[in-house]
Amino acid sequence: MVTITVDGTEIQVPAGELLIKAAEEHGIYIPRFCWHSRMKPVGMCRMCLVEVQGPRGTMLTTSCTTPVTDGMVVDTKSAVVEKAQEGVLEYLLINHPLDCPVCDKGGECPLQDQTLAYGPGESRFVEEKRHFEKPIPISDLVLLDRERCILCARCTRFSEEISGDPLIEFMDRGNHTQVLTFPGEPFTSYFSGNTVQICPVGALTAIPYRFKARPWDLEAVESVSLVDSVGSKVSVQASQNAVVRIDGVDNEPTNQGWLSDKDRFCFEYINSPQRLTVPLVRQDGELREGTWGEALQVVADRLGAIPGAAVAGLGGARNTNEEAFAFGKFLRTVVVTPHIDAQLGDGLDPQFLAAVTPRATIPDLERARTILLWGPDLKEEYPVLYLRVRRAATALGATLIVVHPRRTGLHDVATHTLSYRPGTGPEVLARLAKGRATKAIAPLRRALKEGSVVAIVGRTGLAEDPRLAEAVAAFARDLPEATIMPLARRGNVFGALDMGLAPTLLPGRVSAIGEEGRRRLEEHWGPLPEEMGRDATGILQGLRDGELRALVMLGTDPVRDHPDPRLARDALENAEFVVAFDLFLSDSAALADVVLPVEGFGEVEGTVTNLEGRVQKVNRLLPGPGQTRVVWSALDDLSVRMGGVLGATSATALLEEIRAVAPAYGGVSWDLLDWGGGREGVVLPTPEGHQPLEYIPVDPGLPPGPDGWGLHLARVLYDDGVLTRMSPSLAALAPEGRAYLHPADVAAASLHPGSTVTVAGEAGSVDLPLGIDGGLVPGTVYVPANLAATAGLGATPVVTVTAAGGEA
Amino acid sequence: MTAPPLILTERMTAHPSDSHTIERYEATGGYAALRKGLEDMTPEQVAAEVKASNIRGRGGANFPAGVKWGFLPPTKPRYLVVNGDESEPGTFKDRQLMERDPHQLVEGVILAAYALEVNHAFIYIRGEYPKSARRVQAAVDEAYRRGYVGKDILGTGFDLEITVHLGAGAYICGEETALLNSLEGRRGEPRIKPPFPAVEGLYAKPTIVNNVETLSNLPWIVLNGGVEYARIGPETSAGTRLFSLSGHIERPGNYEIVMGMSWRELIYDIGGGIPAGRALKTWIPGGASAPWLVPEHLDTPVTIDDVAQQGTMLGSGAVIVMDETTNVLAAALRIVRFFAHESCGQCTPCREGTTWLERVLDRILAGEGRPSDLDLLLDVSDGISPGLRWPPVMTTICPLGPSAVSPVVSIMQHFRDEVEAMITKGVPVA
Repeated sequence: MVTITVDGTEIQVPAGELLIKAAEEHGIYIPRFCWHSRMKPVGMCRMCLVEVQGPRGTMLTTSCTTPVTDGMVVDTKSAVVEKAQEGVLEYLLINHPLDCPVCDKGGECPLQDQTLAYGPGESRFVEEKRHFEKPIPISDLVLLDRERCILCARCTRFSEEISGDPLIEFMDRGNHTQVLTFPGEPFTSYFSGNTVQICPVGALTAIPYRFKARPWDLEAVESVSLVDSVGSKVSVQASQNAVVRIDGVDNEPTNQGWLSDKDRFCFEYINSPQRLTVPLVRQDGELREGTWGEALQVVADRLGAIPGAAVAGLGGARNTNEEAFAFGKFLRTVVVTPHIDAQLGDGLDPQFLAAVTPRATIPDLERARTILLWGPDLKEEYPVLYLRVRRAATALGATLIVVHPRRTGLHDVATHTLSYRPGTGPEVLARLAKGRATKAIAPLRRALKEGSVVAIVGRTGLAEDPRLAEAVAAFARDLPEATIMPLARRGNVFGALDMGLAPTLLPGRVSAIGEEGRRRLEEHWGPLPEEMGRDATGILQGLRDGELRALVMLGTDPVRDHPDPRLARDALENAEFVVAFDLFLSDSAALADVVLPVEGFGEVEGTVTNLEGRVQKVNRLLPGPGQTRVVWSALDDLSVRMGGVLGATSATALLEEIRAVAPAYGGVSWDLLDWGGGREGVVLPTPEGHQPLEYIPVDPGLPPGPDGWGLHLARVLYDDGVLTRMSPSLAALAPEGRAYLHPADVAAASLHPGSTVTVAGEAGSVDLPLGIDGGLVPGTVYVPANLAATAGLGATPVVTVTAAGGEA
Repeated sequence: MTAPPLILTERMTAHPSDSHTIERYEATGGYAALRKGLEDMTPEQVAAEVKASNIRGRGGANFPAGVKWGFLPPTKPRYLVVNGDESEPGTFKDRQLMERDPHQLVEGVILAAYALEVNHAFIYIRGEYPKSARRVQAAVDEAYRRGYVGKDILGTGFDLEITVHLGAGAYICGEETALLNSLEGRRGEPRIKPPFPAVEGLYAKPTIVNNVETLSNLPWIVLNGGVEYARIGPETSAGTRLFSLSGHIERPGNYEIVMGMSWRELIYDIGGGIPAGRALKTWIPGGASAPWLVPEHLDTPVTIDDVAQQGTMLGSGAVIVMDETTNVLAAALRIVRFFAHESCGQCTPCREGTTWLERVLDRILAGEGRPSDLDLLLDVSDGISPGLRWPPVMTTICPLGPSAVSPVVSIMQHFRDEVEAMITKGVPVA
């Protein structure tokens, strides 16, 4: 720490900190435009000029580029400084158009605010302002108004420094300088919305929000994005009872203020006219509208007539912990079944996800010497995590090793990369872990031996054996100072698993295998089913084959999301009774006997848990539409009708029970998260909790995969998932479904790019246009998962590829 | 007046047709200094000679080269960059050095690299000087062929690569950090200093940037000794230097002179005075960035420090003379327009302020000036350069903004009545 004097007051600040930041942390605000606390300073706007006394007298210098030194004397309010500030604002306003009445930024505009506080009352400029065609679209989501732009370079710096998508840049020079995209290359970055948020004027505006509201009309709550499991902090904002915008909130350990465009713009579904608003009951083969009482009674009667062990529950990974807990308790104590799974056969072992040890947090990435990433393409599936890993590799000196079947968004900044044909992962792991160090492997082994290591592991694609990720974790665990970060995608899948929504887990990171965990839970819940439950694939198989007879679905779409879509459809069609709690009539809900409309994101208050095991709060901004109800309330009502007692009288009551029943959640409360110092979230277990299950990952010794075209079936950010489909701004961005081969394979098979090929596997087949991808290993077929055109393929490790309607 | 020693221009004066060739260069003592430096002296000894010479940078900043060299930290690698981006209006001396005696520059570069323990030097030449670029590249190629550049030069174990690189038409790339950005393939925009190039320069490595003329003196300094160089001329303006005379002057051109004479001697004796016997009105002493001098300064000395005391600068040694027929407002507008056009655009006061000044001057010249424009011109200037001093206090990242202010301040200080007349009488000027 050093001592500096600012405006006559002595303050203690960390040595080397930027003067503008040090002053701000002590309540002295220095105006600025181009400086952003999360990016390198550039000193361009000149608004933050202050006077600093030095050996050569008083110097006028930008406080954003000046690190503090001991004994520094700073004046932020001298006559020279105030004149400079007034000057800068007058200069900025000579070309800035008087668009305020029609500009989205008005009311939350740093240029307006600083002009009022530091600027001249009038402009003396009587010449003609510079003009540009305005606005121009630079992508499907962002419009650019070059007349408003004050050339602070926040947007271009963000794109180059933070997101690694340098698709916008300054062109020309001097007073003609403008931000532009490159010819033929629109600003199609997954992070473009961040530039709209950080633009200090209305030069960049978001098309989904343009002209929708004024900031002073907005109601807002803080919440957590449930688009993925990173747990990015957001501000959800509504005007006239409709959500109109989501902004990023700076939370140091998770997203540091940034969001993916899917986090940011996936909200239009909330107000969609296709939201379920009335319960639906199937009669004479058709779903028709009914009342809650009627619908719940049908469910109670039909479920009540089936033995508990023949009923199964799927879903809960998109719900809050309180809802998931209620669901699990309903299934285990009212229905009395052990068959529960929040995952859909598309994730990893639940005990591994919930309780791997030692577990990494996101801040651990910034401290790591080496990061081993063997899992999905983070840029597509966990964009904000991609930003954190990218920052570690580019700004913090971490060695990044990326292992993946295909070129990923992080390959540009990785120190070492390894590609492999899908199915040969176990051999690659064996080469990495043991045996002779080849020229390709030696530098990786050296890097991995220099701890600390954070290993981010996950399934690289839906057709990959989920045990491979665990095998990688087992290998990584023996590296110096290693911690593991296992990945699973859905917004609150980690919370759902913590609430026991898996056959091998009980609430609070307790194993369902063996007696001990069950006995302890029975002290609260009474007798629990003895047999081990089935997982999602087992549940669907049971329903298809008649061993299971009924299914309760909570916010889940197995027909679209399970790796075997035919199995899922057969299961739902064959089941005697299916009830779905959902926001939309998804492909799976459309096959149900009863569909119950529930409240969702932005309408429900509760807690969620991210991939670090960090608990945060989601908050309620608006009530759900029509007759939607919150999930736990409907389940409570249903339980009563079935003669059981759920005790779900409120979300806080549920959380109280969670605290009592789920060991890892001891001490967790809404008060802690809202007021008690937990605003950054709380990584479990808290001091009042403990984690009974500590899972050590194992390498089961996987056999090599079968020969043939290896299928790499991987998610892309904008797909045909229900919530994306129901948000028009994003639905339009889903790419065309194609099958991609390496160019050498295309040539060898005498196929033609653009022609239609049939990709067929055990789980299904689809006809797709053929694309070329040089980032693959020959012998690979890459198909983006869950697009409308690719959804019928299913995930099998090997497939055949033939010209459509012809021979191989 | 005795003729000054010709250090830089002797060869090109004696052998105008082939002073740029290796044959003429070697026949007139060329690369003898290189042999002496590399074979008989250590790098530290060569650097000591440069320090002893007291030579001040000839690019415009006039910073002592030996002192700048001392800022290098001991780490490797480090780079030497030659600033051949001569773009200051009125300056055309480096062009003559590069076109007419490129080997003198090359030998100076090799000596400097040796002294600084640099193994890769870059010569950055403005894109508008194709002949200079051709001649310098040809000289570098010839030097490679003779073994003066490349691996194990003269068998001494010293390696040096020289890369010649062209700019693409931006004055601002003469600013050393903008030059480094341009060399790295980025937009030609100045960097925030500190850190200075000696600490973090090209590719973030320690870098020395020197002007063409500065380095062209090194062969003479190494052969004759730094102390001998320091004896020439006044102590703090040592050596000879090239002055570019232009404007309303009888004999425009480059002159190698010793500093210390008066402006009267420079303009009238050496430059031949004003054509047609007209009266001197004003002159710019050191390139378009410099505030102007007026006839009352005619008998003050032409040295770096004396000129600085007048509130202006000797800068790059470019003297632009203006006689009584000059419309000073039009002259000022011409210079302001240049700087507005060349502004890189990074910082607000320069990007917006220089264009604003241009527009106001334009409007006054078109006969639509307003009385409030007088204070406005000075106030807009003050927003770029608080206090309107030279050397300037800057609200900007680099001195280009304050350079645009110099002509405005000069005409308001010395010719305010002419400006006022144009406003009150609304007289448009063709």
